[in-house]
Amino acid sequence: MSATDTPPAPPAEEAAPARPVRGRSLRKRLVPYWLLLPGILWLLVFFALPMVYQASTSVQTGSLEQGFRVTWHFRTYADAFADYYPQFVRSLLYAGTATLLCLLLGYPLAYLIAFRAGRWRNLLLVLVIAPFFTSFLIRTLAWKTILADGGAVVDALEGLHVLDVTSRLGWTEDNRILATPMAVVCGLTYNFLPFMILPLYTSLDRIDPRLHEAAGDLYATPAATFRTVTLPLSMPGVVAGTLLTFIPASGDYVNAELLGSTDTKMVGSVIQSQFLRVLDYPTAAALSFILMAVVLLVVTVYIRRSGTEDLL
Amino acid sequence: MQEYEAERLSAPQLAAMRRSLTGGRGALTRRSLLRASGACALALGGLGALSACGIPPAAREGDGAAASDDHSAREKRVTFSNWTEYMDVGEDERTRPTLQAFTERTGITVKYTEDINDNVEFFGKIKPQLAAGQDTGRDLIVVTDWLAARVIRLGWAQRLDPANLPHAFANLSAQFRSPDWDPGRAHSYPWTGIPAVIAYNAKATGGRTVDSVTQLLDDPRLKGRVSFLSEMRDSVGLTLLDMGKDPASFTDADYDAAIGRLREGVERKQIRRFTGNDYTADLSKGDIAACVAWAGDIIQLQADNPDIRYAIPAAGYVTSTDNLLVPARARHKTNAEKLIDYYYEPPVAARLAAYINYVCPVDGVAAELAKTDPATASNTLILPDRPMAAKSHSFRSLGPQEETAYEEKFAALIGA
Repeated sequence: MSATDTPPAPPAEEAAPARPVRGRSLRKRLVPYWLLLPGILWLLVFFALPMVYQASTSVQTGSLEQGFRVTWHFRTYADAFADYYPQFVRSLLYAGTATLLCLLLGYPLAYLIAFRAGRWRNLLLVLVIAPFFTSFLIRTLAWKTILADGGAVVDALEGLHVLDVTSRLGWTEDNRILATPMAVVCGLTYNFLPFMILPLYTSLDRIDPRLHEAAGDLYATPAATFRTVTLPLSMPGVVAGTLLTFIPASGDYVNAELLGSTDTKMVGSVIQSQFLRVLDYPTAAALSFILMAVVLLVVTVYIRRSGTEDLL
Repeated sequence: MQEYEAERLSAPQLAAMRRSLTGGRGALTRRSLLRASGACALALGGLGALSACGIPPAAREGDGAAASDDHSAREKRVTFSNWTEYMDVGEDERTRPTLQAFTERTGITVKYTEDINDNVEFFGKIKPQLAAGQDTGRDLIVVTDWLAARVIRLGWAQRLDPANLPHAFANLSAQFRSPDWDPGRAHSYPWTGIPAVIAYNAKATGGRTVDSVTQLLDDPRLKGRVSFLSEMRDSVGLTLLDMGKDPASFTDADYDAAIGRLREGVERKQIRRFTGNDYTADLSKGDIAACVAWAGDIIQLQADNPDIRYAIPAAGYVTSTDNLLVPARARHKTNAEKLIDYYYEPPVAARLAAYINYVCPVDGVAAELAKTDPATASNTLILPDRPMAAKSHSFRSLGPQEETAYEEKFAALIGA
């Protein structure tokens, strides 16, 4: 399509008009598009078409019996947002907190693997990825055992009076962690941590260690070296990691479903229940689009702010 | 670009640059691709495309239309979709003795798949084909009564031929004979009954008995350690019974009152969670001290943990059923009916009941089981005795608008 749309190549000027330039250059210009064809087809079938279908569903009205017809009922969007904004706010809050925790936990680890691990590097990387060999569900359920009432974690935190503080903040309930916001955030942090560590590691690994030496030669303290050399150079990893963590975390519902309670449900749960239980397909579709728009907005602002537009 | 070129660059440079822009790597940049695909998506997502979609109405076909050409006589097979752990297995865990015996007797091979994990998900899976009037590839499915009611209401289940179901007709327990959603069992036969009762962990309650919904909702010593099921009919049904209402004939106001009662429990933090199947681990560990539970789960839990007890509330309990249905357009209806009938022969039903721990809907099984497995035969959770059966209630079927409205209210209660 675009090959024919592009303005015709300027007249071949003085450069040997006898050669059959046009035909060959057209074919040449088409090459990248041919190479892209599988990818574009994949996107079309598995992304664009479902999107169109859901967009259409979101402006339909009807019921399972009468069928659903497109009536351009845009109010669904307003109603869905008005009814479920607490879940939206909660999703962003939990996903944001989990992303921040992932960054705080992941950065030192990625730094260690990239610069200090030596021959342990590969082993550590495998350990980071190893949990992926079991299913997401099993890993989440394991946290029910870890955080169990009267379990080691709860006992320790209770003994340290940490739970008193978190209860007062509303993160935990009395002296338990399960079925509270804290459990959900823990689950999210744990499940998405590798998505943070791997991009961080890749970008830290690319930093030439001689830059650190140079900074030292110029009398920079280790802290200054980190602030002025390492951190700025690893920003692409930080941005990629936070996006890879935040975006899926904000749509997740497994953690909220298994580790949370009624007041910790995230928007993913609402979409699931509207689609499958209430059978209100338009509201569910509208919620999906609102979530997509909100995430897109947050991500755009974030990317603008961190000045890494060129990464995309 | 043009002015820039004209002012600064020599002719050969210009030509090179143009070549690179049109034929070289510059011809397709990431940005231009994003722009192009954005435009593409917009064009695709154009208004025309949007309004072209839509979900066709579930045309209420007559039972004649839902019936398909029956290929049973020529094709000696039947495809049976069931839940996991819902069929007896042999010693080696791979053979299924009752199904094998059926094939040996009738020559009909059974393709048995355990592809149902969740009613709503399964409905999502088969809905597109059924709505389009196509064969789902399944001749027999097992779904819970409210979904069976919906499938029948939508005209997506075939009417069964009583002539092929002599045992089923004769041996179906009175308790299950005529649900309001399928009078006279014209389209469905129960596979199992699923009582929802109260279970508790005696260690976690300090040895005290928990035997009513009132206690679940009000006992301060259970605060934060009570769970209800996310299955609306079980949780609300038990609450209705506790409030003195009959789940078989309640009004909108009763429903709202029951939801209000549960909401109070949520707001006072008495109720910890609404759970699916995952409550079993929590109950066994004691994180949940008492809960609404499914009888079959209790039997399995008790085998591993002697602290698990159950109580039948004095106000009564709710029994739902999982039901066998022949979906519209299924190719082997007669074979499916033969299979249903086979499982209503008491010796076969007894073998199944001994394995799957749920209420057996077949009369005459008690006598069979007493011979082979007296422990199971005396378990009232599997074979309810008369007083137990008398306390069983079923949740009435809901109309389409009602169902949506009730599910919506329940979803709001459980936070989603």
